[in-house]
Amino acid sequence: MTEVPLPPIAMLAELTHRCPLQCPYCSNPLDLLKADREMATECWLDLFQQAADMGVLQVHLSGGEPMLRRDLEQFVSALAHAGVYTNLITSGVGLAGARLEALAGAGLDHVQVSFQGANAETTARIGRHSGAHANKLAAARQARELGLALTINAPIHRHNIAQVPDYIELALSLGAQRLEIANIQYAGWALLNRRHLLPDRASIEHQAATVEEARARLVGVLEIDFVLADHFATYPKPCMGGWGRDAFVIAPDGAVLPCHAAATIPSLRFERFGSRPLADIWRDSPAFEAFRGTNWMLEPCRSCERREFDWGGCRCQALALAGDAAATDPACVRSPLHAAIATLVEEALSTSEGTGGDLIAPYAFRRIASA
Amino acid sequence: MTVDRPRAFVSRQSLPRLAPYVRLRFDPVRHAWAVLSPERVFWPDAIGLDILQRCDGKTPFSVMVMSLALEYDADGGEIDRDVGAFLQQWADRLLVRL
Repeated sequence: MTEVPLPPIAMLAELTHRCPLQCPYCSNPLDLLKADREMATECWLDLFQQAADMGVLQVHLSGGEPMLRRDLEQFVSALAHAGVYTNLITSGVGLAGARLEALAGAGLDHVQVSFQGANAETTARIGRHSGAHANKLAAARQARELGLALTINAPIHRHNIAQVPDYIELALSLGAQRLEIANIQYAGWALLNRRHLLPDRASIEHQAATVEEARARLVGVLEIDFVLADHFATYPKPCMGGWGRDAFVIAPDGAVLPCHAAATIPSLRFERFGSRPLADIWRDSPAFEAFRGTNWMLEPCRSCERREFDWGGCRCQALALAGDAAATDPACVRSPLHAAIATLVEEALSTSEGTGGDLIAPYAFRRIASA
Repeated sequence: MTVDRPRAFVSRQSLPRLAPYVRLRFDPVRHAWAVLSPERVFWPDAIGLDILQRCDGKTPFSVMVMSLALEYDADGGEIDRDVGAFLQQWADRLLVRL
């Protein structure tokens, strides 16, 4: 690729890997960073200014739990002054009260609260935090009172897929604008726990029908964003809207990544913020150039009419399932490995000790230095 | 099920305004107006921008149609239909309040 890439629209800032929850499908890497590896306040502030200057319009403040950064209000304030739209992606634990009020005062636009279950029991068991559900409800209600946009994020897997109708009720009762029914992506921790988490096909089909009915019924009331699990898809998702195309990720230590799981691809080397200007890293860092555009593609992607629609799907999944990060994502029906995914689902269902109703499957819970 | 915020429909008396969490701003990098909203960025065309800039919560739909008809030297009935459809679509996306 010799073309100069367009400026990015969005940036996901993983401010920390620390988190009060231990969800067994966390999208953070298995190799979680401790607090002493996190970038200092002034580095983040410099990074946010550079991002705004190069054209980033939305910043997703995430983690881990971003609330654990005491300088979060400073970040929101700096981004708001630069005209950047801020999304707080949070567990909601410890958010309600003075903290959320301060964040709203600093210019926060949107809060996305994850609910591990649609009821307190499931939320407590999946996130391993007994008081989490009540905390989340309080944070969500306060967000609405403060006039912030509210999204309820529902990470879906075998043990809560039956709760999709309850999630819809929950989002309505909280006055949320958006509900994300997000079937978890099997990378990192979710890949490690895949056999305990993959739902069966009948549940997936039932879920799709439920969402379709609710969407039609709730036009103008609640927007439902539906992310299907790759394992049940016909075509892959355009991961990150295309590698190095619209968005990028910053890890807690300042590593500039094309996607949050990119570090699972061992052939890639990532630049750290501070080594040179962010715009230069975005433009020509080898990790961004590796899978940008379509020149890297092999067949059947290379001549596929969908190549500039799904951009080859997920590189990390291609590596995990096909053993080659440049291979066609096996989620695609045109991948020679697509059929193997169905086998994988069958295997997961037959070997897990946890059943649909049983929430105490022997997960590897997310913890620093436990993978 | 209780829905305390039913779907809103465009009427002559509607006072359209951007939802409090939606921001319309000029992007100097791309030299274009952008609508910033949860998880999404929209790039309205010239007519869409003219409509959105009139969504101030004070201008009734009927007045908005008249001023746009004058500005575009177009038939009022046609503008009425087009602007009504535009606002309904944006209200259904929860970006505009009616």
